[in-house]
Amino acid sequence: MKSAIQFNDVYYRIDNLPILKQITGSFYEGEITTLVGPSGAGKTTLLKLCNRLLSPQSGDIYINGKDIRDWDPIELRRNVGMALQSAPMIDGSVEQNLALPLELQGKHLSEHQAKDLLKDVGLSAELLQRNSKELSGGQRQKVSIARTLVNRPQILLLDEITSSLDQVSQKEIEELIIKINRKFGVTIVWITHNLQQAVDVGTYTWVMMAGEIIEAGKSDLLRSPSNDRVKQFVKGEWG
Amino acid sequence: MSLTALSISLIFVLIPFILSKTFNLGLEKDTIIAVVRSIIQLFVVGYVLKFVFESESIVYILLMVGVMIAAATQNARKKGAAIKGITWKIAVTLIFIEVLTQAILLGFQITPHTAQYIIPISGMVVGNGMVLAILFLNRFIAETAAHQDQTELILSLGGTPKQAIHRQLIAAIKASMIPTIESQKTIGLVQLPGMMSGQIIAGASPIQAVQFQLLVLFLLLTAAAVTSIMLGFLSYPTLFNKQMQLMRR
Ligand SMILES: Nc1ncnc2c1ncn2[C@@H]1O[C@H](COP(=O)(O)OP(=O)(O)O)[C@@H](O)[C@H]1O
Ligand SMILES: [Mg+2]
Repeated sequence: MKSAIQFNDVYYRIDNLPILKQITGSFYEGEITTLVGPSGAGKTTLLKLCNRLLSPQSGDIYINGKDIRDWDPIELRRNVGMALQSAPMIDGSVEQNLALPLELQGKHLSEHQAKDLLKDVGLSAELLQRNSKELSGGQRQKVSIARTLVNRPQILLLDEITSSLDQVSQKEIEELIIKINRKFGVTIVWITHNLQQAVDVGTYTWVMMAGEIIEAGKSDLLRSPSNDRVKQFVKGEWG
Repeated sequence: MSLTALSISLIFVLIPFILSKTFNLGLEKDTIIAVVRSIIQLFVVGYVLKFVFESESIVYILLMVGVMIAAATQNARKKGAAIKGITWKIAVTLIFIEVLTQAILLGFQITPHTAQYIIPISGMVVGNGMVLAILFLNRFIAETAAHQDQTELILSLGGTPKQAIHRQLIAAIKASMIPTIESQKTIGLVQLPGMMSGQIIAGASPIQAVQFQLLVLFLLLTAAAVTSIMLGFLSYPTLFNKQMQLMRR
């Protein structure tokens, strides 16, 4: 299997405090990998390493087989899209938010393209002129995903995008993630705190704790973990 | 005004002193310090100016302007401690507006090239530049902190650092310039500008005082715009590193 993202003994520290330790492993091309673990485990940090919003102090990261240091940061970030946990919106309409990635390249997003994007993420075209401040939590997350898709990334990083959503919106986003993966063949890495989601949607799952990967493999593994720390974590989460 | 008259005017110090004591405001010590400092500082400046005016030497003029810029830089840099190399960035900005304004004033022979004009005008330009620098830095640091997620968003979408900080930069530049523009809209209606009052008291005709005051207002508009924009464009790159990452503060 081809690695879309490969970590090789990666360490990340903040002021000498280790945040990520000895990270080695791969996110496979065309697959959905889910990332679970308690809050503060280092999941967001790991994602930000993948599009170089942060850089590790030691170790190597390869994106599509190319050392991340050899990528132009801008080109890399267009190829490795990220939807941030808070789904930040710039002031203005939904359309302006969707147009942002192209505007950054001095290009224009047609109304037709914008409507198609909304349709892709299951939103009504009527939302186009809506002020981004007036969106519900679920709508906001969907717009955020749609906006990330504008760059047509090969790899999509999603940070806890369902945490603040109700059951229905959660299900919709799950389906959306699967659809994006199938329809566009996008490699997806998804952080979720919902174990059921991680197992249902993911093909592979990484369990992180205190900056380390304590388990990585087929998502089904979480149903009957062998590792004690994973067992403990899974038990707490599934109750 | 005679020295005796000035001495009698100390009554105006005595009144707040007594009031502070009566109402337990606890401001007596500060009042005394303020009065003593202003007496010493202003007399020193007065004698220095007298000396410089009489000598008419370009060296002394440059020296005085240099001291002004150094003092203004020293004052403003505290507000920008979070920005790397802020001291020289402020200094360069203030030097630039000083050179720019004087070049226009002297080049078009708007004002005579004597210390009597150059020094007070420089004082106003540099002083205003300092206030603008402080306003800008305060606002810029607050804006970038409050909208860090938007900066990160634009970087993550493949934007450049400049694009990522553009909105906050513009907001801070605008906000810092607004007081200068607003204060000019109501000028003269409530309070006569200090310099104009001074000229009138010293015996200049009100119309001449107005003309000069207008010149200064125009100058301050330029000083405000150039200071904010220049300092902004010098400052924002230090928030990012070579890998186009937002640096932690
Ligand atoms: N900017 C920062 N400054 C200091 N500590 C940070 C910063 N960002 C993250 N951390 C710390 O790094 C650890 C991992 O954070 P994060 O990657 O956000 O975890 P997760 O996403 O799994 O909740 C946490 O202990 C957090 O406190
Ligand atoms: Mg997180």
